[in-house]
Amino acid sequence: MRPIATTRMAAGIPTGRLAVWWVVASEIVIFGGLLVSYIMHRLARPEWGDHAANTNVWIGGFNTFVLLTSSLSAVLAHKAAVSGNGPKAAKLLYATFVGACTFVIVKAFEWSMEISHGYTISSNTFWSFYYTAAGLHALHVIAGAVIMLIVAQTAKRNLELHRVELIGIYWHFVDIVWIFLFPLLYIAK
Amino acid sequence: MAESIPADATHGHHDHHHTEPSFWSKYVFSTDHKMIAMQYMFTGMAMGLIGAFMAYAFRMQLAFPGISVPGYGTVNPGNYNALITNHGAIMIFWVAMPVLIAAFGNYLIPLMVGCDDMVFPKINRLSYQIFLLSAVVLIISLFVPGGGFGGAWTAYPPLSAKAEYSLTGAGSSIWLVAVALEFVAFLLGGINFVTTAMNSRAPGMKIFDIPIVVWTIVVASILFMASVGPLIAGAVMLFMDQRIGTAFFDPVKGGDPILWQHLFWFFGHPEVYVVLLPAMGITADIMCVFSRKKMFAYKTFLYTIFATGVLSFTVWAHHQFVAGIDPRMANIFTVTTLLISIPIAEMCFIYIATLYGGSIRLTTPMLWALAFVAEFLIGGVTGIFLGASGADIYFHDTYFVLAHFHYTFFPIAIIGTFAGFTYWFPKMFGKMMNETLGKIHFWGTIIPFNCIFIPLFMLGAAGQNRRLYSFQHYPELAGQGMQDLRIFATVSLLVMLAFQLVFFYNCFISWKKKQKDAGPNPWKANTLEWSAESPPPHGNWPELPTVYRGPYEYSVPGREEDYFPQNVPG
Repeated sequence: MRPIATTRMAAGIPTGRLAVWWVVASEIVIFGGLLVSYIMHRLARPEWGDHAANTNVWIGGFNTFVLLTSSLSAVLAHKAAVSGNGPKAAKLLYATFVGACTFVIVKAFEWSMEISHGYTISSNTFWSFYYTAAGLHALHVIAGAVIMLIVAQTAKRNLELHRVELIGIYWHFVDIVWIFLFPLLYIAK
Repeated sequence: MAESIPADATHGHHDHHHTEPSFWSKYVFSTDHKMIAMQYMFTGMAMGLIGAFMAYAFRMQLAFPGISVPGYGTVNPGNYNALITNHGAIMIFWVAMPVLIAAFGNYLIPLMVGCDDMVFPKINRLSYQIFLLSAVVLIISLFVPGGGFGGAWTAYPPLSAKAEYSLTGAGSSIWLVAVALEFVAFLLGGINFVTTAMNSRAPGMKIFDIPIVVWTIVVASILFMASVGPLIAGAVMLFMDQRIGTAFFDPVKGGDPILWQHLFWFFGHPEVYVVLLPAMGITADIMCVFSRKKMFAYKTFLYTIFATGVLSFTVWAHHQFVAGIDPRMANIFTVTTLLISIPIAEMCFIYIATLYGGSIRLTTPMLWALAFVAEFLIGGVTGIFLGASGADIYFHDTYFVLAHFHYTFFPIAIIGTFAGFTYWFPKMFGKMMNETLGKIHFWGTIIPFNCIFIPLFMLGAAGQNRRLYSFQHYPELAGQGMQDLRIFATVSLLVMLAFQLVFFYNCFISWKKKQKDAGPNPWKANTLEWSAESPPPHGNWPELPTVYRGPYEYSVPGREEDYFPQNVPG
């Protein structure tokens, strides 16, 4: 049973949503620190453009498409949850989950290719940033996917439907981080 | 799940038989905010003893070079580095943070805003468990082959990044993991604090009815959350530099060691305010209660808290004046550093204005609160010397810096903690502490504290560098006059440590019920926690309180009693 504290709403925002926004805020500074470090290096070292030329824009672009599409199903899941249709929300969350899995599988394929071509995390600082930033992001994708499965399990039985929105907020954040990573790591040459 | 039954569900069931929760669910796996607060408090104090023991060992080496330190043995150079590094890391991350933010935050926020628990009790429990794990990992790092990490608590690369430089390959990586785990624990805890204070306030408690100490802990949690991110990223990068051969911080392979300094101090300086603000809040609450006066300028105090928080993000490079940063940038950071003393000074003036004309009661908590302001002031004023980039070139990395930040951190972590602990002890344990013993402990701590660090100011001004294992190899530092000051500081430390026994004895006899029962409100204070039983039961109140006024309505004209609790209608 929840304490009364959890059910109060003095700030006018449901507690769960408020907390997820704080999680997102703390994550923004983690990625922010990493990306600002990368950008400062990148500006001072034009030769990184040549390293970046060895990334595969098409694979990165495909993954961007997959991740954005998975956010669409997350939004539709939220819409279904608001109208009280738990099973439908669960199905849409499963679709988002499939998108997350596709993203991770494509990334694994992409990384194997790059590593086999000799671009490893210790090749130089560009590749160190490339693997660190994308790897940290991939960890967030995996964590989000696992949580999404758990939320879908309860939503299927029409329970805890507010959680569909919460995982949706988090999933959009994961998406937006990738929107920053993709041009910084792949497109800027 | 007995611990999270809402208060209204338990109401009216007092006569019924309750199954007593087992030892494990009551003390170890509890989700009750008060028990988690106690877990943080006692873990923090235990770590404090370890940190103090380290200080004892290396101070003995500095005063009496080469002797076999009783209880430790001979301090060799490697041990010395590990001792100072872990002393710093422990005192900040495993003492100041858990006690001031986590213990007081957990204990006070739900009680002071009038709800039955934190909004996420299980996340709260998880936060403590990760914190405990981080403490265990840190202690393990001291005993691995090569010894504990010895690259100073700031962990500057390349020294910290390469095992062939630090000579503590395993120790430095495990230390880094411990610090990262500690950050995760406090991010989880901070989300709980902020959300609870925002959303779970009692009916009637408006934004300016929240006690200052709750505000300070909430702002500190937000500061922590907003500043630690880059260092988490930095810790991951440093760990990979150590373990899998990346070169983020290695200039030979295209990395940049200064980047670490930026990431570290972008967190490291706000961190000072993360621990300072709760101590400021504790002091503010105690001063109002024991001067029986309404706080002078509650809103101004609040705005200075926010101003401090915002400015704290703009000062970090004053730690790097001699690291080769652009002198024009150093000028900007000098200005911002001097600016931040304005809100802090304003807080001190509010304390003084609150005391002015009050009927002051010099109880033990009040003495600690007054000492906090007096001692912190010395730390703040000496900071002006270091914030000025020109003067800092001379003072940088001397004992002047060391004495300066001990004059800030000791008041924060030790004096602030004792102030809060002695003030809320009756609430936490239901017993009054012995006042005479409390005062003996107070003077036995404050006087030796000054005797430790004033000589270190003098040594620093004379040019004594930090982080030297022995001064005997430096002719200009090896003179008897300087050695006498070192011996005086070390002996003062021994005296101060000895007086801590009085504190533990006082806790023990009070806990053993030799003291009188506190009753719900022994200090005649206004804030909501004093309307609950001492110690408060599960759910805190049989019926959750409603708030009618601000927290500092003391000596209200026309009222018979000189206090007016927040939950009393009228």
